[in-house]
Amino acid sequence: MEKQIIELEAATIRFAGDSGDGMQLTGTQFSDTSAGLGNEVNTFPDYPSEIRAPEGTLYGVSAYQVHFGNRKTNTPGDEIDVLVAMNASSLKVNLKHVRKNGIIIANKAGFKDKNLKLAKYEVSPLEDGSLQNYQVFAYDINEMVRNILQDSGLSTKDVDRTKNLFALGLAYCLFDRPLAATEKWLTKKFGKKPEILEANLKVLREGFNFASENQDMIVRYHIKPANLEKGTYRNITGNEAVALGLVTAANRANMPLFLGSYPITPATEILHHISGYKQYGVKHMQMEDEIGGITSAIGAAYGGALAVTTTSGPGLSLKVEAMGLAVILELPLVIVDVQRAGPSTGLPTKPEQSDLYIAMWGRHGEAPMPVLAATSSTNCFEMTVEAVRLALKYMTPVILLTDGYLAQGSEAWKVPDVNTIPEIKVNFATNPEGFAPYNRDPETQARMWAIPGTPGLEHRIGGLEKENGSGLVSHDPMNHQRMCEIREAKVANIANDIPPVTVDGPESGDLLVVSWGSTHGAIKNALYSLRQKGHEVSHVSLNYINPLPRNLEEVMRRFKRILVPEMNLGQLKTLLQAKYLIPIIGYHKIQGNTFTSKEIEYKIEQLLSEKEN
Amino acid sequence: MTTYVDQLINKEYIDIPKYSPKDFKADIDVRWCAGCGGFSILAQVQRIMPDLGVPKEKISFVSGIGCSSRFPYYMNVYGFHGIHGRALAIASGLKVARPDLSVWVATGDGDCMSIGGNHLIHTCRRNVDINVIMFNNEIYSLTKGQASPLSKVGQKTKSSPLGLLDDPFNPTSLVLGSGASFVARGYDKDPGQLKYLFERAAKHKGFAFVEVYTNCVIFNDGAFEEYTRRETKFESTIMLEHGKPLIFGEKHNKGIKMDGYRPVVVDLDDGIHSVNDLIVHNEQDSTLALILSDMSFMEGLPRPMGVIQAIERPTYDEKVTWQIEHEIEVKGQPDIQKLLKGSDSWEIN
Ligand code: SF4
Repeated sequence: MEKQIIELEAATIRFAGDSGDGMQLTGTQFSDTSAGLGNEVNTFPDYPSEIRAPEGTLYGVSAYQVHFGNRKTNTPGDEIDVLVAMNASSLKVNLKHVRKNGIIIANKAGFKDKNLKLAKYEVSPLEDGSLQNYQVFAYDINEMVRNILQDSGLSTKDVDRTKNLFALGLAYCLFDRPLAATEKWLTKKFGKKPEILEANLKVLREGFNFASENQDMIVRYHIKPANLEKGTYRNITGNEAVALGLVTAANRANMPLFLGSYPITPATEILHHISGYKQYGVKHMQMEDEIGGITSAIGAAYGGALAVTTTSGPGLSLKVEAMGLAVILELPLVIVDVQRAGPSTGLPTKPEQSDLYIAMWGRHGEAPMPVLAATSSTNCFEMTVEAVRLALKYMTPVILLTDGYLAQGSEAWKVPDVNTIPEIKVNFATNPEGFAPYNRDPETQARMWAIPGTPGLEHRIGGLEKENGSGLVSHDPMNHQRMCEIREAKVANIANDIPPVTVDGPESGDLLVVSWGSTHGAIKNALYSLRQKGHEVSHVSLNYINPLPRNLEEVMRRFKRILVPEMNLGQLKTLLQAKYLIPIIGYHKIQGNTFTSKEIEYKIEQLLSEKEN
Repeated sequence: MTTYVDQLINKEYIDIPKYSPKDFKADIDVRWCAGCGGFSILAQVQRIMPDLGVPKEKISFVSGIGCSSRFPYYMNVYGFHGIHGRALAIASGLKVARPDLSVWVATGDGDCMSIGGNHLIHTCRRNVDINVIMFNNEIYSLTKGQASPLSKVGQKTKSSPLGLLDDPFNPTSLVLGSGASFVARGYDKDPGQLKYLFERAAKHKGFAFVEVYTNCVIFNDGAFEEYTRRETKFESTIMLEHGKPLIFGEKHNKGIKMDGYRPVVVDLDDGIHSVNDLIVHNEQDSTLALILSDMSFMEGLPRPMGVIQAIERPTYDEKVTWQIEHEIEVKGQPDIQKLLKGSDSWEIN
């Protein structure tokens, strides 16, 4: 059937269903196909926090959202253009995110009395006219796949399990995507079970054909490839990017990697990935607790490994004492904190940016350490390599902040050529002549790193204050002040070794948005939209919180007003105000999810109109 | 490309220098109180070091916090004075990263059994190849005299002025139950035996735990007098020797035999019992080890001293190495570029 083709810049599709409906897989396939076509892609999985939530319930809904476009998509998308709802609960939970006039593809088989009751609907939303602001396409997909596969000899259970592929085929048709990538994937996955493979392929194709011949679906959307650099691409989550960043950095530093960790949501996948990298000589210990995680890493660092510990908020709280130890030992250590909503257990599966204070100041005594923040899932890779570089060069623990949103969200990533990533130089002390453990590099103030096994350099270090140079225990008051100042200056000096901030937008003017971490994406999309409306707004995105980039103050002073949106109650705002005495407008969202670009856009428009009034 | 750490790990030593105990003395005053049991431990550790067959630079001491934990500062080898309770976790990371090192931990009953209790039981079960010397003085001494998890019920301390209500751990039973492969006990006033126990611990491949009754002259003086004084020690302790029957008493006239599942004391001069009735010590028998260890807290039975258990099983650190070697064997030499590319990449041309 001849369809009307509509060109779009970008679109957001969300596959939602019951935990057992295979929505994660369906979404991943859609995302991989789109990325393979050259689209920019951002995705976000949304799992229920229960491991096996009861079937059909509101809290058992599992979803996977894909934002794909011909320009940088930056976020998994605010508003859903197409919602695939496999049951009533998945419609109920997700409807509020569907844009007006958006498309809803519903599986009628998931809207039976039982489903409606579980979803707390009195009447079926497919029949009561409540969806009149949307384009609804409702079919009994279960029945359709049963018809398609009636001669397959498969059990009803196996047949029903293919229904997600019917929905996927339908979505492929709607967005004019080929089936080839998913066909290939299915062939790889079910190669050993030909009857299942055959059934899956058939259902996928039938889903596509059904949409293509369907009289109701008169529109097909088309999204051109983005203008991507040539190269090899893959999808990557923030957590995997951290894991790969660590292995890569260890390779560039020519050092063995050691991870000491303890399982915690949403950081655990880093441990999963690293523990599978044994072939790369990586050692890891899943310790008995968070404190064991960091202290085993400190022990490994003492032994000359590139040592890392990974965690999330509650775990970071437990590691605090040991972080102070690493500061006074002046040993390199990377601490990755995948932030989640706190305090305490909080909202364990939801992101937040509320660990900035603890990262900056959450230790007793004067215990400065560099604090870095990743701005996107792929940026997690670069910032991990950077955290390693700084830790090794300056002999200091470094905190890298990511969050649950970056950690679990994925993005298309241009795979870098390892050899183009600069080598990280490590100077182990080997010469006993004039050696003292707290002798310092005059430029970086890094102390000497002498590791056990090096003859003639036997020495003792520890948590007691040390005399500068000799490293002997010292209770001398003046030495203590000096050492505190040296440690502070060492970290502050890193400002000269990190890139200055660049301004996206005019270099000076009325309004500058300053952000850190994952709010980056929503702000970029908001700015894109504002610029199309003719507004001039500038943006600085921070990867470095401690020390702050050396030109930041000067850049901030070129603007009349500064807006800092963050997923907390004003932590970067407080830090910047305290440091620069520049008033800042805070914009705080602390609801267990990220800003939408619309929210940022409205906030900025509101500020701009206040100006005009 | 081999890393510097690999070079150190794989370094071959043709001949290790001949050391003397004083080579292991750090050039620093020992700051324990005069008469502290710690001195005896330090002296014996320094005495055994020259004969370990390990180059000095390959020896590391790790500690936590407490009087005992100053120990690394007094040893002229690599030393790491950690934070309270964490010595075993630090040492585990060190040993796993550096299996070539001889890693020792000096700790106390508070550091090891209280704040560090979790690390202790897990290090035992993993069987990380480290040697732990626990200075047991049944008190918190550096914080000036509070009850420790090994203090006695009813004991009056600064934090239990009316008498302590908690029951103590039986430390050797705790570590045996947690899977420690080598468990021994000695006391400060028997340097000869301490030296032997430290040598045995050093030779043992796996987690070695040596509890040392260590007198704190300031805050818990005489806590172990019953077991260390000439007048009483022969009746209140029993020296374990592998393959030998359990005989004790000043006149060697008492023994331990099993009565059902309970050890009981028998009189070898009573005309009824003979040596043949007695338990014969076997360091490799883990059931016996638990029975012997439990005797420590049984009314009327002597406290066992010496090696309670010595069983070899693969160590955690060597298993880590084997797993890596195995992966490389199966999957080939690492190729980072391939890892980065992953299995589902695509090309944009
Ligand atoms: S306080 Fe007790 S344990 Fe500490 S050094 Fe003095 S005697 Fe030894």
